[in-house]
Amino acid sequence: MALPVNLEIAKTHLLSRKKQSIVAMLGVTFGIAMFILMISFMKGVNKFLQDTMLASTADIKIYNDVKTDFSSSVTADYFQDSSQLVVVRHQKPKNVNLNIKSADQIIADLKDNPKVLAVSPMLSSQVFFNYGPVQLNGIIKGVNILEEIRIFDLKDKIVSGRLENLLTSDNGIVMGVGLAKKLHVSMGDMVTLASPTGNSMRLRVVGTFQMGMAMVDDVNSYVNIATVQQILGKDNSYITTINVKLKDLNFASAEAISCEKKYGYKAESWEVTNASVQTSNVVRDVLTIVVSATMLIVAGFGIYNIMNMLITNKMKDIAILKAQGFAQKDIIQIFLTQSIIIGLLGAIAGLLLGFLLSYGLSRVPFPSQGMVSLKTFPVIFEIKYYVFGVLFGVITTLVAGLMPSIKASKIDPVAILRG
Amino acid sequence: MSEILKTIQLNKYFRETEEFHVIKSINMTINAGEFVTITGKSGCGKSTLLYLLSTMDNDYEGEVHINNTKVTGLSQNELAAFRNENIGFIFQFHFLLPEFTALQNVMMPALKLAKHSRAEIEERAYAKLKQMQMEDYALKLSGKLSGGQQQRIAVARALINEPKVIMADEPTGNLDSVNTGIVFDIFKELASKGNTIIAVTHDNDFAERSDRIIEMKDGEIVQ
Repeated sequence: MALPVNLEIAKTHLLSRKKQSIVAMLGVTFGIAMFILMISFMKGVNKFLQDTMLASTADIKIYNDVKTDFSSSVTADYFQDSSQLVVVRHQKPKNVNLNIKSADQIIADLKDNPKVLAVSPMLSSQVFFNYGPVQLNGIIKGVNILEEIRIFDLKDKIVSGRLENLLTSDNGIVMGVGLAKKLHVSMGDMVTLASPTGNSMRLRVVGTFQMGMAMVDDVNSYVNIATVQQILGKDNSYITTINVKLKDLNFASAEAISCEKKYGYKAESWEVTNASVQTSNVVRDVLTIVVSATMLIVAGFGIYNIMNMLITNKMKDIAILKAQGFAQKDIIQIFLTQSIIIGLLGAIAGLLLGFLLSYGLSRVPFPSQGMVSLKTFPVIFEIKYYVFGVLFGVITTLVAGLMPSIKASKIDPVAILRG
Repeated sequence: MSEILKTIQLNKYFRETEEFHVIKSINMTINAGEFVTITGKSGCGKSTLLYLLSTMDNDYEGEVHINNTKVTGLSQNELAAFRNENIGFIFQFHFLLPEFTALQNVMMPALKLAKHSRAEIEERAYAKLKQMQMEDYALKLSGKLSGGQQQRIAVARALINEPKVIMADEPTGNLDSVNTGIVFDIFKELASKGNTIIAVTHDNDFAERSDRIIEMKDGEIVQ
């Protein structure tokens, strides 16, 4: 009971119409709860996609890009008379090897770079898996598996067999689970595959993995580099790609640029490789903010309405208070306090409800469509969203309560007291 | 006797539909401790005059001085503080805050003034209620009390800050004769203790028993 008189009046007003206060509070509560739920879920999805993406994307990928530069041409060798104008239509590129020359030196140099954590050379190729009369498309990635697992978190993704089996058998293959299922093969079975150039080979399945994305699991396989070199008919220094993992992946863009300059090959950071994922993250973020803001604004209008109604009902009381010597700022304080209390209590209840809903959602099994492997809905719990929710809730109610409070303070007591 | 309230060339116009000169150049003086009633027919401007004196209506020409302070030209917030300390109000329709107890209603202006501690204010409020013979109802919600009871609480509230001037707009207009008698006796007693009372009334019996009657007609003081 030791409250200042203005707060005491505010408290009495709130308590004398509990139902209305609670309804106003619930508006804020649901607004904040939905905000927390949405942002936790959306951020969870973003994080899941980013993690999945990073699991199959190197921080920096150095490769030899197909050149479509036709500035020099063999036509000059044939038509040496400069008075003739020669037009060549539909130029074809030279038969160039897409390998990285002096790959060993580049790898050694990268390993000396203090920012680099791991380097893994790779040679990949399109192949066809023969499955009876049907040919299935696939990609085999020739890697040094010991280097590869330092870059990608492959060990956790193994469903059957072991990655290290690749080292002990020279014709082993570790397949995506989707591909293995399509081919009806399991550990120990033989598969036949053919390269685009027509060479074919028989490999033994020594393991299966699941990255969680159908576009990877249905297509990719890991083999030794030598296997790919053999099927492509290339020598044992033939490498097309170098994957690099940095100590801090935020430096990837900058580092990619310097690698490109230094080695003369195309270097792509993970942000560029996965631009579409990044874009959809931004879209989800914007969506979350827009929907949450809308809900809080609707809650704000609820408070605005209730405060307006209250003030219309309390015109007489306001006039009496003014007659007794309560100043305009006192009236503003009385009514603004009420909306702040509604906002604060509503926001705290909203946090609690939001947390419970998020927790509940994080326990709900995810309806798997085969595209991604998720057991439950991805939800993350971060304190900053809760702080932001309370701030947003209080600010909304402050703004919603301010206008009616100012209106109340401007009431002319004479007009009301005289009747 | 010292003068407590003075008006100089007080004029007021209503400008809502067409201009209407409602208070016409009133010069008046009220001394401390006087029990003054303002009477006159409906529409003569007596209530309007009271609200000008009350400092709640600032839309006028001329000057108002209360307790040696020129209140004309003060800001809204200054006027509010001035009212809080110097003027007690009693209205025709009692006008208590219905969600608060009788005691809370009485304490409120004093809590706003914050000159004394809460315990002291509560003690004073009880004393004022006792003076009105309402101490038994102190903890009742004021909305649940009868008209006469509410008016007596309103009087107690008007007195809580020991104001120099008590202003009443038809204080008995809504009361039966028994309660009118009680309120009148209270006023009389307050006046005898040195309080200045200015009451607007059209109850002639009530007016005739006051110290001085100011009769108004068409915005002017007749006598």
